[in-house]
Amino acid sequence: MGPNGIIGPATDLDGVRSSVPAPWKRHLPEGTIKLVLLLCSIVSILTTVGIVSVLFYEAVLFFREVSILEFITGTKWTPLFASKHFGIWPLLTGTLLTTVGAMLVALPLGLLSAIYLSEYAPDLVRQVLKPVLEVLAGIPTVVYGFFALLFVTPILRSISDDIAIFNALSPAIVMGIMILPMVSSLSEDSMRGVPRSLREAAYALGATKLEVATRVVVPAALSGIVAAFILAMSRAIGETMIVAIAAGSNPDFTLNPLVPIQTMTGYIVQVILGDAPTGSLAHKTIFAVGSSLFIITLGMNLVSQAVVRRFREAYE
Amino acid sequence: MAIVEPTDFQRRMVRRKWQGRAFHLLCLLAILIGLSMLGALLYNIISQGWDHINWQFLTGFPSRHPERAGIYGPLVGSVYVVSIAAVTSFTLGVGAAIFLEEYTTRGWFVRVVQTNISNLAGVPSIVYGLLGLEIFARTLGLGSSVLAGGLTMALLALPIVIIAAEEALRAVPPSLREGAYALGATRWQTIWHLVLPQAFPGILTGVILAVSRAIGEAAPLIVVGAVAFIPYAPDGPLSNFTVLPLQIFNWISRPQAEFHEVAAAGILVLLAVLLSMNGVAVLLRLKFQKSSEG
Repeated sequence: MGPNGIIGPATDLDGVRSSVPAPWKRHLPEGTIKLVLLLCSIVSILTTVGIVSVLFYEAVLFFREVSILEFITGTKWTPLFASKHFGIWPLLTGTLLTTVGAMLVALPLGLLSAIYLSEYAPDLVRQVLKPVLEVLAGIPTVVYGFFALLFVTPILRSISDDIAIFNALSPAIVMGIMILPMVSSLSEDSMRGVPRSLREAAYALGATKLEVATRVVVPAALSGIVAAFILAMSRAIGETMIVAIAAGSNPDFTLNPLVPIQTMTGYIVQVILGDAPTGSLAHKTIFAVGSSLFIITLGMNLVSQAVVRRFREAYE
Repeated sequence: MAIVEPTDFQRRMVRRKWQGRAFHLLCLLAILIGLSMLGALLYNIISQGWDHINWQFLTGFPSRHPERAGIYGPLVGSVYVVSIAAVTSFTLGVGAAIFLEEYTTRGWFVRVVQTNISNLAGVPSIVYGLLGLEIFARTLGLGSSVLAGGLTMALLALPIVIIAAEEALRAVPPSLREGAYALGATRWQTIWHLVLPQAFPGILTGVILAVSRAIGEAAPLIVVGAVAFIPYAPDGPLSNFTVLPLQIFNWISRPQAEFHEVAAAGILVLLAVLLSMNGVAVLLRLKFQKSSEG
């Protein structure tokens, strides 16, 4: 109570200062704070705008000098040579080789691991194994590059003499191990989301555990599993250090995994480390390649989101 | 009509049970393959790198002679880059998350930002490097500096920080906010004094995890222009720099086998840094969990 019997927050009461500030002090900053917070959330949009405009600005400059048709259909990539060719297909097949190889490793291993964790493992085992497996996802990619070049490649070369020091196979295998926890964790989450009653109904009909896992749980969780695969694949396409270290730098138009190749990301690293002067055509190529990389991975992420939205089985 | 005879059923049942056991083994085998690869990787690195770790390696600078090569410069560079990235992504990320969770929770703007964030999280890290090169290094004139590298890493970590902070804010019960409003608190007073302290452990864990991913990233910093061979540690925000993963990349790329052992030693240092950061995240979470219960 104030001296006149009027209730007011900013008055003294028995000489004790009220801790509630005056109304104007309380309300004025609210608008300012909201504005600052709004600006913070706009930064993420600006990032996207920045990425798109930087990539496409430089790419447009590139396509003023090089025909877009040659870029999309050409099968020779020699922008750093005297006789220049700007067909992106060699980089695409290089990326395809390592990505498909990685998926061939990560898909079966990841899915089977997920089924084990979700359907077979006792709780205690699961609580230990899952985080340990996820450690694989936290290891820096340069470490995987080391592992591919100096551990996996020598083993492969001792099996067959046809394998070059730099090849697509070894980074593909190692990349598969790297994205394995992504596939297994996301798939397992989605399998655990399948209600118990579905499993129990199948058991009641006499199904074995294998039949429940493969004919009830996996189909019911399929949208999540497919989304996990696509995300993992998009991660493999954008992966840089493993391929820059272990895949070589030969942009050849080939689907042979045993010879040196070059991926889109590997090419960008090669040009940057080669000190191409700013404004040169070689320098602009990295933005053209970067745009392609961005479009491909963005497309895959959108597909993965659409799969989840469209095919999710809701059990509520 | 296909009628299954009892003897037929018995026979099939035996087969189905065997298939089941085989499949169980197969699944177990799959997860063991993943784990054994992790084991092989760690063993390979420790066995090659352990002997190289000594005081001179930790305090020395790069050298053409593998036995004299040190990791001090990249270590300091990594600390600089990560500190800048952590402070920037924490400030922007928490601000954005508060706005999206506490101020405007629906409407077109939130939908656009949310879709945008989940798409940004899927952009390859090297593309962030191209952004950093053009915007921070060239347009803003920061050059290939620690500041340009740190800001690039902040943008890379931002989506992860926002998603983690949003989840942490969402976990704070609405009754807490309603109680504060009922007592006459403004929205910001409620957030600052009640919601944020509750959500803090979750936010912090998210930031540490996002930043520890940034420590291991080399690709964006290569593009921004970190140099692999500098004989000094960065001494200010505009100094040239290198970071641990980049120095390791440089050592791996050399033909001499001795440098590969140096690279393994560098990887051990990098993994030790990562491990201690994750340890700090776990400890902080435990500490805050206790204090919020008590």
